Formats: sequence, C-alpha cells, structure tokens
Amino acid sequence: MAEAPTAGSDKGPMDAFLQGGSLKHAPGPYFGPYGGRWMPESLIAALDELEDTFEKAKADPDFIAQIAELNKNYSGRPSLLTEAKRFAEHAGGVRIFLKREDLNHTGSHKINNVLGQALLAKRMGKTRVIAETGAGQHGVASATAAALLGLECVVYMGAEDCRRQALNVARMELLGATVIPVTNGSQTLKDAINEALRDWVANVGNTHYLLGTAAGAHPFPAMVRYFHEVIGEEARAQIIEQAGRLPDAVCACIGGGSNAIGIFHGFLDDPSVKIYGFEAGGDGVETGRHAAVITLGKPGVLHGARSYLMQDDDGQTIESHSISAGLDYPSVGPQHSYLADIGRVSYEPITDSEAMEAFRLLCRTEGIIPAIESSHALAGAIKVGQRLAAEASEAGAAGTAAEKIVIVNLSGRGDKDVATAAEWFDLLDKDSAEAAIGKEGEQL
Amino acid sequence: MTGVQDITSTSKSAAAIDKARAEGRAALIGYLPAGYPTVEDTIAAGIALARNGADLIEIGIPYSDPVMDGPVIQAATTEALANGFAVRQVFDVVAGITSQTDAAVLVMTYWNPVVRMGVDEFSRRLAEAGGAGLITPDLIPDEAAEWMEASDKYGLDRVFLVAPSSSTERMKRTVEASRGFVYAVSIMGVTGARSSVSSAAKGVVAAAKEAGAERVCVGLGVSNAEQVAEIAAYADGVIVGTALVAAIRDGGVEAVASLTKDLSTGLTRK
Repeated sequence: MAEAPTAGSDKGPMDAFLQGGSLKHAPGPYFGPYGGRWMPESLIAALDELEDTFEKAKADPDFIAQIAELNKNYSGRPSLLTEAKRFAEHAGGVRIFLKREDLNHTGSHKINNVLGQALLAKRMGKTRVIAETGAGQHGVASATAAALLGLECVVYMGAEDCRRQALNVARMELLGATVIPVTNGSQTLKDAINEALRDWVANVGNTHYLLGTAAGAHPFPAMVRYFHEVIGEEARAQIIEQAGRLPDAVCACIGGGSNAIGIFHGFLDDPSVKIYGFEAGGDGVETGRHAAVITLGKPGVLHGARSYLMQDDDGQTIESHSISAGLDYPSVGPQHSYLADIGRVSYEPITDSEAMEAFRLLCRTEGIIPAIESSHALAGAIKVGQRLAAEASEAGAAGTAAEKIVIVNLSGRGDKDVATAAEWFDLLDKDSAEAAIGKEGEQL
Repeated sequence: MTGVQDITSTSKSAAAIDKARAEGRAALIGYLPAGYPTVEDTIAAGIALARNGADLIEIGIPYSDPVMDGPVIQAATTEALANGFAVRQVFDVVAGITSQTDAAVLVMTYWNPVVRMGVDEFSRRLAEAGGAGLITPDLIPDEAAEWMEASDKYGLDRVFLVAPSSSTERMKRTVEASRGFVYAVSIMGVTGARSSVSSAAKGVVAAAKEAGAERVCVGLGVSNAEQVAEIAAYADGVIVGTALVAAIRDGGVEAVASLTKDLSTGLTRK
C-alpha cells in the first residue's frame, strides 16, 4: 500500500478534476488521507484474500453476469425513477425525481451489496457470513442473501436495538439467521460492529464479514461502492431518457454512506451536477445529540478506516444520536470524507424534525411512505430546490425554476418506521401496544 | 539501518528480555488496564507485578471500542472509562511504576487515542514518563509511518503483532518494523483465558524467528504456570493479561502479587 498523506483540506484534486480528471472508480485503499487498513494483523490475511477475490471477480464475465441476473430477476432492478410533482411544489417548484431503491426486494438499496458480497463469500469457499445491524435492514438483507445462496448467517445487533426492533429480529430468524444481542458498550450499531469483528478474528477461516456500508478497512469502501454503483448508473441513464439532460443536483442521506456513494458515483464526473449528502442532525447539531459526522467530527480511525469521526479530546468515540437507526453511526465512509475535503460534495445536517416533516409530506403528496433515513435526503432536497429556485429568480429569468432538476435517492421504504412515525405524529391511542413500540422506537 | 541498530541496543524491552535469557529463563510480561479500578491501584499493582517476577509490564489504555479484547478486559476498561479515566493519566501510571522498579513498562493502546493526542506529542510524553514503547493491536506497519518516525526520535520500542494467519511476506515486514520484541498472537481470537494454549503459537514463533526476529513473546489465552512453562520452552517471553485483570478485580493488588509469583515459577526452561 502507498503511504497515506496527512489529513486536511486539499482542493488540489478538485482543480485537477475540473480540468478533466476523473473522480470515479477510486480503487482505495486511500481516498486522499482517508481509508486504509487500521486493523489487527489477525485480519489482514482475510482482507487480502477478499481484495484478491473481488478484483478477480470484477474481471470475470461470469461474475458480472451472475450479479446482473440476480439484480434483474431477484431484486427487481432496474429500480424506477419516479417524478414527484406534488412533492416538488414544496421545493421551490423545481422538478424532483425519486430513485426508487425502496422498491427493491427487502425494501432498500442494501440488497445490492449483500448479494455481491455473498457471492464473493461463496467464491472464497466460506460457508458462514456474519453481519452487524442497527435497526435490522442490513441484517434482514444479509439473512436474505444467505438463505438464497445457502450460507450460515449470524447477525450481531445491539441488545437495545433487538428489543426495539423485535419484528426485524423475527424476520431475520424466519430467514434462517441467528441473531445475537450485543450487551457490550452502548449496545448499538458500533458495538454490534465491534462484536462482529471479534467473531471474525476468531472464525476467519470459514467466515466472511458482510459489512453493510461503504466504510471499514480496505477493500470494503471501494467494494461496497462497486456493488451500489448500479444505482447511479441507472439514475443517470433514466434522467437523460426522461428529462433529456443531466440533473442540476443529486441528494442522498449519509450514515455510513453506501446508498449515497452508489448514486453519487454516477454523477461524480459531471461537473455541472451539484452533489449533496445529508447527515443526521438529530436534535440539532448545537445540542450535541446528532450524527453529523462530517459537519462536526474530526479525522480519526475507527473500525479499520481513517475518516471523519465523532470523538472526544481523548479520541474516545462519542455516541451518535438520530431518530433514524440507519444513520446512527459515529463515523462515515472514507470516500465521503475525501469528497467533502476537496469540495466535490456538500454535506449538511438535517434534524429529526426536518426529516419527519419531509416524511409526512412525501406520504401525503406522492402516496409513498419513505424510510426515515431517506427522509433526510428528501428534507435536504426541499432546501436544495428552494435554493435553486432562488438562484433562478435572482438571475432574473422568470420561470426557470421549473427547468431545474433534482434527483433524490429514495434509499428505502418506511414500513419499518410506521410505529416510530405514528408516535412522532401522535396517531396512536395512548393505551395501544403500538404506542408502546413507537415510544421506544422514537428514542432510536 | 545503523541508526536503528543503535536504538535497538538501548531498547528497554530488549534489555529486560535479554536479562531473563541470561538467567536461563523466559521473560514474564504482565498486562494491566490503566485506571482500573483507579490510577493509584494500577500503579500499586504494577509495582507488585515487578517485585514478584514480571520483567516487563504492559499498561493498557481504556478505549471505547476495544475490538481485540474479550469480556473480562472489556468490562475492566469500560469501568475505568466510567470512572473518568483520561488518556494523559497513562503517563502518571508509567512514571509511577518506572520510578519504583526496574521493569520495562510499555503502553498497549488502540491507535485512535494516540492519533487524537498527536503521535509525536504522545511519544514525547511516554518517553518522559520513562516508558519503553508501545504495543499496537490495531496498527500494522503499513499504516505506521508517523509512529516509525516518532519512535525513532524518542527511542521507543514499537511492538507490532504477528498472527497464525500472517503470510511469510507480512511476517518479514512486521519483524523488520518492530523493535524490542515481536508480539506473537497465539490463537485466532480476542483476549481471554483459555484452558489450553493453541499449538499454533509455536508455529508463529518459529515463523517470526525465521523472518529474523531476535525476541518473540507469546500472548492471548495464557492464564496459569503450566501454560507459562509450555510457552517458555520455545518463546522469549510469556504475556499474561486477562488472568491478571481477573485477579485485581477479585482480590486487588495482593492477588496480583500472588498470581505473578505463581506464574513466574513456570518461566525456567526445563
């Protein structure tokens, strides 16, 4: 591996990009000063084997065909690109298109990555996959892929999350997976990752760690992105077909950042397209209860990668907070840290309240219940749309707002979030069982 | 490489291991988490370790995400953090032990706390406290450019880990990057006492020696004098962690002293 440069803001790569360079297909292990392998030696051989298997698979037409077949006939790809006309009226009157990852099998973009990695696990001759999960989406997707391909599956989930997401635990068990509640530390997603890493160290001979996001040690960030690049490729072709041109902006929510890097990748080399990542602002970044990692974090190493990190002055990880379990992670994929530093992507926080307002708005204007994660991207798109409209009006060209185009990655559907949303909007009888579940979900 | 050779000759860890070797035995290396249950207790337990047969002492920095540690050490470091342990206190622990004993005192730490303080600043303060160097469970030589530079500047040992899964090439690279000794992980797994030490340990030591290592110490899973004796037969040092943490948890400094005395009976090579 090359020597990692030091962290810090560096616009040099952005200048090179604007002069015709490419930001696509960054291979890792480093993205500027981020990424790498901050991992125990015991796992390096497994990471090397994974990298080697992945590189060979990418060059193998059989593997490409296998992925394409599963994407089409199992996941239901390509996912639709749906124009949201009534929703767009609330976003300054620009045109808004939704990339419908919510329509994939298992209800989110997660399936793209788990199918790819489960196939690699088979190629490596591994018989067992392990995964971490927060709310359960990646756990359900992993259990699904394992069932499909005949692999043993063990999912680590914070004990607190298990209790709050009992139905997702049942879903994983129905699919044949074993769910292990994690009682260490804060009993949330980061502790589930710690426990999965401990399992991996002890069982690396027959086990693949099916990491759920574009973070962690090399090759995970570049590999998980590769399996999600289909989102951006489809969206780019679809918008050109439907609107006749590239969008003005692309929006996605960011936890670890896998759905975002998937859709961003399609547009990274189109300088006219502004790209926005929306982090979880929780109760508000001023309260300290948030997951706005890039906005307020500092570079550090966690779970194998150097990236922006929520940490105290001693380098101890700080707990993140968000209504959305899928965004509740104290670090972020290293490529996002790099894209933030060079200024190619703008990262902004969205509070729980803003996300829930966008959630309700999409339900009522489009008949689509979005995941609360994706609702952060919707709330961000409203802001971006209003800014684009204001710019258009300042430019004095009346009516041009309606010519602006924004694509939002609708990364998942909101069925899993109904109890949380019903509690948030006070839709439940105080004495109902659902109210009890919702109350707990609200603290996610 | 002459500069590095010069530093090796003054390595505190190497000197401690060589002294044991001259006495016809393996070195005993004991681990204690800093600030568990208090900073004062850690200093007292470290002194007890040194006075009852430990040649080197590892002081662990409690960390929020200890992925290489099993339940006993996790529980101890979580408690230390809950009691308000601050990273800078590790230097008080090191100074407290080195001022009272001749043991070589290393700090074992996950990497982010060092990054946060600044690698150079951390190294300078460790050297000032009389520390011998660092053991780095989640830092591999590939990512260690800053640490290589700082450890040379302040004359600190850098103890990297090798595992049963390490390739010949990685073994060589890691041995070359290390100073003081090489830490051989005996089994694929996290810290914690085990009823038997894996036969893999012997192979890892042999591979590290083959790759040029002069001193190889074995850790993970060692909890009693019989296991110490088994490892002392082929390794330069035996590392005990979880059993000592359980001792301080259950019986305080006195229990650490008596366990150390017992463990040290296994060091002499038969």
